[in-house]
Amino acid sequence: MTGELLTIKDLHTGFRIKDTYYDAVDGVSITLKKNEILAIVGESGCGKSTLATSIIGLHDHNKTKVQGEISYNGLNLALLDEDNFNKVRGEEIGMIFQDPLSALNPLMRIGEQIEEGLIYHTNLSKDAREKRVLELLSQVGIPKPKRVIRQFPHQLSGGMRQRVIIAIAISCKPKIIIADEPTTALDVTIQAQILDLLIDLQAETGAGIILITHDLGVVAEVADRVAVMYAGQIIEEAPVDELFSNPQHPYTRSLFNSIPQMNSEDDKLQVIQGLVPSLVKLPRTGCRFSSRIPWIPARAHEENPILHEISPGHLVRCTCWQHFHFEGERGGSFQ
Amino acid sequence: MSFMQINDLHVHYPIRGGFFNAVVDNVLAVDGISLEFEKGKTYGLVGESGCGKSTTGKSIIGLEKVTSGSIIYEGEDVTNKSRNRNSSFNKDIQMIFQDANSSLNPRKRVQDIIAEPIRNFLKLSDLEEKRKINELLAIVGMPEDAKLKYAHEFSGGQKQRIGIARAIATNPKLIIADEPVSALDLSVQAQVLNYLKDIQKELGLSYLFISHDLGVVKHMCDHISIMYKGRFVESGNRQDVYQSPQHIYTKRLLSAIPTIEPSTRESRKRERITVEQNYQKEEYQYFDEDGRVFDLYSLSDTHKVAMTTTNKEVIHKVAMTTTNKEVI
Repeated sequence: MTGELLTIKDLHTGFRIKDTYYDAVDGVSITLKKNEILAIVGESGCGKSTLATSIIGLHDHNKTKVQGEISYNGLNLALLDEDNFNKVRGEEIGMIFQDPLSALNPLMRIGEQIEEGLIYHTNLSKDAREKRVLELLSQVGIPKPKRVIRQFPHQLSGGMRQRVIIAIAISCKPKIIIADEPTTALDVTIQAQILDLLIDLQAETGAGIILITHDLGVVAEVADRVAVMYAGQIIEEAPVDELFSNPQHPYTRSLFNSIPQMNSEDDKLQVIQGLVPSLVKLPRTGCRFSSRIPWIPARAHEENPILHEISPGHLVRCTCWQHFHFEGERGGSFQ
Repeated sequence: MSFMQINDLHVHYPIRGGFFNAVVDNVLAVDGISLEFEKGKTYGLVGESGCGKSTTGKSIIGLEKVTSGSIIYEGEDVTNKSRNRNSSFNKDIQMIFQDANSSLNPRKRVQDIIAEPIRNFLKLSDLEEKRKINELLAIVGMPEDAKLKYAHEFSGGQKQRIGIARAIATNPKLIIADEPVSALDLSVQAQVLNYLKDIQKELGLSYLFISHDLGVVKHMCDHISIMYKGRFVESGNRQDVYQSPQHIYTKRLLSAIPTIEPSTRESRKRERITVEQNYQKEEYQYFDEDGRVFDLYSLSDTHKVAMTTTNKEVIHKVAMTTTNKEVI
């Protein structure tokens, strides 16, 4: 089908702990279309960052096992060896990291760091490269780019550093940009600027963006489509308006209820019982969220929960959502 | 009645350089703020990183040296006082730190972590101490067997609750909570915020709630102060700050917060751009030539806003005439 940039099918990424592999990403299938911002939301430890690093191949192959299919442009990235991957990484897929300070080399000037990708992936002349670097810096909204290329990361503010990271990510005009918590380390005013920048850049370049975040506010602000992850699986996927107006999975609904709302005077926040199960102890069969909603009878869950399409483009895992009610509320038809 | 007042607090960090490492300049981390604390209320301190909100919290509890200004606790000046174990101030003001990981001693069992303030300030027998620890763990909703474990055996939310148990161990009057939930996930954050509210109701505590998350602050706080470059730009209750913000900086901050309404995205972006343009245009009115925020004046009983160059003269005149009248 046209319009699809990246197709992930049944991806498993396992980490080795004492000779056994435990899947942090456990059977994720998702597609990224052109001109789309796909948000992946979840709490820490749900596997969202592991999914991102699997796509761009940043895992140590001695300790992790990536199985499944990540097809991009006829290539299966999961099977690609390091040499071939280096051609894809940076040129076809760019990545924006969470912490701009640790993602930049403190000993290299900003200009050199942006130029690095251009040296590797293009055969531009030195002058052409410098021109491109200046162009990139002004594209991401850095004032006085001529001065900034001579500066070091510590001389820039957090927001400016994140702009530099974005400039590096888009330097070779990638088709896909993976943004792993791009605004978590930033203040709200800077966050708003960076998010606007991402939207503008996407409109300009037509790249597909995978945005990984735990902040539902950020998702509502920029995403086109959202996938919610819990314990290594996608448990709900929907277009952004649909997900925010009509969330269905018990986990998604609980998450929305635990946000302190700007315009609610409600005293109590909804709390999700229990804890996110650890990777090692995670039960691999049945509904993974069932242990946190014990008041819902076991019969409501599917034995092997799969994603059901409940309306066009809206997928929900397991059948328990049909019978879900918050604790203390009266249940529906389910007896 | 307020039990504690902070008057014109300044915390400056010297910048050294040149010959003999002389002080060449000062970083004005906190530059003249005043606050009053009443029993059972929550006071929010909001601002961007680097605006001095954490320094304010630390200087109140005595972890930073106060350059000038005074902290009056129950009629007694406790600014920069050498604090000893008999001081009631130390016992009555406690702190919850942002990073539960680094604020709990990894070599101590939970019971020893929680018992530390008890051993310092309350003279209890062993048996009473044990009972008190069990009681505290029950308040924060932890099982009793937790007290023999070490900090690393707990999740982030549980660690933060141990930090809360330690803070309330001495029955304090004021707890300074420095970003207590910003390192936590959404569902855990809800848990901790609920606990903080429950404990407040039960024990009649006051909080100084320091945060950069305006949603959390609105949920928690009765009185909110917005801080910028070491000074308050606006303070008031929830209604004042969120419904009718007056200072341009507050407006800008509020317009930048994402909401969970995807349908309003376009209109909010337009609004944000207008506010940003106004900010660029009118910025000079709100700050003096050093970029310093002007002094506050009262709009209503609760609502205070920093002056601008345009209304400064008028307010001064009004203030002068009223004082003159009083003299006459």
